[in-house]
Amino acid sequence: MATSKILVGKRSEIDVKSSRKLRIENIDIALFHLSDGSVLAVENKCPHKGGLLSEGMVCDGKVHCPLHDWKIDLRSGKVQDPDEGCVTTFKTEVDEQSGDIYIHM
Amino acid sequence: MKKREKLVMIGNGMAGVRTVEHLLKLAPHAYDITIIGDEPHPNYNRIMLSSVLAGSTDMKEIVINDWDWYKENGIKLVVGEKAVRIDTKQRQITTQLGKHFDYDRVIIATGSQPFMLPIGGSNKEGVIAFRNIKDCETMLEASKQYKKAVVIGGGLLGLEAARGLIHLGMETSVVHIHDYLMERQLDEPASRMLQRELEAQGMTFLLNKQSAFISGRKRVKALHFTDGSEVQADLIVMAVGIRPNVELAKASGIDVNRGIIVNDEMETNLPGIYAVGECAEHRGIAYGLVAPLYEQGMVLAKRLAGIDAPGYQGSVTSTKLKVSGVDVFSAGSFIEDASRKSLRIQDDLAGTYKKITIDSNGKLIGAVLFGDTSDGAELFSLIKRGEVVEGREKELLLGISLDQLNGGNPAARYEAMPDDEIVCGCNGVTKATIVDAIHSKGCNSVSSIKACTKASGSCGGCKPIVEGLLSVYAGDAAAEPVKEGICGCTTLSRDEIVAEIQRMKLLTIKETMNVLSWTEPEGCSKCRPALNYYIGMLYPEEYADEKESRITNERYHANIQKDGTFSVVPRVYGGVTTPSDLKKIAEVAEKFNVPMVKFTGGQRLDLLGVKKEDLPKMWEELDMPSGHAYGKTLRTVKTCVGSTFCRFGTQDSIAMGIRMEKAFERLNAPSKVKLAVSGCPRNCAEATIKDLGIVAIDGGWEIHVGGNGGVKVRATDLLCVVKTEDEVMEWSSAFLQLYREQAIWNERTAQWIERVGLDYVKQALQKQEDRLALMSRINKTLSLTTDPWKEIIQDKELRKNFEQLADIQTAAQ
Repeated sequence: MATSKILVGKRSEIDVKSSRKLRIENIDIALFHLSDGSVLAVENKCPHKGGLLSEGMVCDGKVHCPLHDWKIDLRSGKVQDPDEGCVTTFKTEVDEQSGDIYIHM
Repeated sequence: MKKREKLVMIGNGMAGVRTVEHLLKLAPHAYDITIIGDEPHPNYNRIMLSSVLAGSTDMKEIVINDWDWYKENGIKLVVGEKAVRIDTKQRQITTQLGKHFDYDRVIIATGSQPFMLPIGGSNKEGVIAFRNIKDCETMLEASKQYKKAVVIGGGLLGLEAARGLIHLGMETSVVHIHDYLMERQLDEPASRMLQRELEAQGMTFLLNKQSAFISGRKRVKALHFTDGSEVQADLIVMAVGIRPNVELAKASGIDVNRGIIVNDEMETNLPGIYAVGECAEHRGIAYGLVAPLYEQGMVLAKRLAGIDAPGYQGSVTSTKLKVSGVDVFSAGSFIEDASRKSLRIQDDLAGTYKKITIDSNGKLIGAVLFGDTSDGAELFSLIKRGEVVEGREKELLLGISLDQLNGGNPAARYEAMPDDEIVCGCNGVTKATIVDAIHSKGCNSVSSIKACTKASGSCGGCKPIVEGLLSVYAGDAAAEPVKEGICGCTTLSRDEIVAEIQRMKLLTIKETMNVLSWTEPEGCSKCRPALNYYIGMLYPEEYADEKESRITNERYHANIQKDGTFSVVPRVYGGVTTPSDLKKIAEVAEKFNVPMVKFTGGQRLDLLGVKKEDLPKMWEELDMPSGHAYGKTLRTVKTCVGSTFCRFGTQDSIAMGIRMEKAFERLNAPSKVKLAVSGCPRNCAEATIKDLGIVAIDGGWEIHVGGNGGVKVRATDLLCVVKTEDEVMEWSSAFLQLYREQAIWNERTAQWIERVGLDYVKQALQKQEDRLALMSRINKTLSLTTDPWKEIIQDKELRKNFEQLADIQTAAQ
């Protein structure tokens, strides 16, 4: 399947250490803006009970699910110990000039 | 993207869907999943069918996975169709309607079907089995027109069916071929006790009866037995056993015996084809109880997810059953013979019976309990472990706690606790897991055990047990435990952190973490909100609150629900509202299609199921202050009617409550704070289980503190009695500020007072000058608060966070 590069918004639209949610082709995605300026995207669904990761607390590249505090690494999608599981991650790209965010699907 | 494998499951029942559910957790995107089920329902809990019949449960409630679940997980569900062939060469499944499904792997989870006695007349109208929703519906229908029901089969299922029929008002007889009921689960004495109990509830029994034929014209009239006797019947329910559904497997060239033969990986003789549940036969056993079937499902899910895990080893089963209030438990082999000895105790006064069976090696191998099954779990775990219980047989029989037998020595109690006993009920953590964390993962503190296993991580109720296990199993290592910080990011305690913040006047979270050498540069979901609170509490004027460090609910000023929607609770001072406010709430609820409007326990209205995007618009239309029903803040002030209307009221509790709520609303605190004001000692506002409760007496007010009605109920302590409303305000303000300044983040007043002692609080508030100083600090803080809903409505930057960033459909390609 060919991947496509989709413009989803500007980095300035997401507060630092915060997240916005969006949908692409009916897939719910949480887009995170980290303190180091990077923007990461994961499927917006905790593997535990489906909590919206976009509403969780962001700590240094990891998000805590708002429902039961599962901690998920936003780069690998891996759930951190002692819980297990993983979420789908999506490749992102930020145009440093314009701040445009692209997601590769 | 890697092409996903196609996984087709034939069967849509409990064991199969449980397997898929688990697979989705382990490897959410590994397969394109199709489920073919012949019943026109989503997966439901078959075990609960008897409760549906008994009227205690609704059909809808027994659905385990509703239609949405399949949709949400991208599962293609085909119901009302039966798979008739698996073409193992073409890798294709055909249904009876001629549809084809390609597969890479197949799970056969076709379950079983009731065994129908092959006797004359069994095809007559009114002869049914007890297996699915349709059978249940037939029984419900029949009970409206007919009177006499006969259940063939005095086993678990038959008695459940009979219980349901009795409940439906039918005269119900149970026919059983054996001379006592449930002979597979019970020995004769227990069975007789059960029979007496069920007879008292209206069941009649025909034991030692073999069914010969069924008579009647179109519909059943009577059941005849081989001994020539007969019983009248308008409805016959056959519950004589189940037979695994193997036809499909057999026709497709898969090895079957009684069930579909599987190895320890739940795989059949054909690679890529698995069987799970009642249709599967593992090491010669086809199981019919749900626990082993779920165990099989876990094994298969791991296998499909590519996780290396031990195979299925078979299950030792136990039965715990309740028939109309009668508790019955059995496990293992409990019939004695030359090599097995039993101990039993029977109490006909209390209606209890207990028997344990020991084999020649001194191992506990079986148990039967009747009437009181509270020891069941412990006995079952002993049986599973196959431990020698020699010398302890009588203790086990008499159920005297090992604690007592050991003279109350707590260490012995923790040692005696079975390995598989669940210590942390919230997270399902066993003693063995905790001990393993101590021994092999180097955990030497409660917090490291929590980080490693989750034990005590949710409600915290099991913390004393975890501490106990730690002291017993960590030995010397725990003698000098590593100092525990407020979370895994620091070793500093709350008091040390607060002192350092004050000493160096640290004004941001980042700076604090940096200066105090946090191990995680941005902290975690525990320390970030705690620091945000502490710095804000110490420097209300200078500190800029960091919303990213607030928990979800406080960031969105609404309570997140399990489905990601939120709830909206406007402030209703003292629980007193007006017709116009009610109309406004009703109109907003209608306009935004709010799925549920509910009264809260705190005398206000909760609008539940609101989409995040709608929150600011709703707040705007409500034009009412936030009720702060979501935060570590002042929640409500509950009031009773008081002297305004109540003939017992001694004071105006409503006015007092409203005054307090207006004064303290928006107050940030270490944890949530609930208040109440009662107008007389009858205490209808339940003030004595609140953080701060005011109870009016004739000519004055009692001030109660430190109550809690939640996780651990705690009644308040009486702080003092005062005369005027102004004094109530002075003491309340001082108390709340003392709590704000001294408590640990997330610590309720009840825990705080337990920790510091009531005397400390009394002493700190004894002098009026101290009270006034505290009061001026709380007033300063309160003067700086604003209504968060208004703030968000007016600020575009804040408002954007409630909106979806984008919704992109194919057009973007």
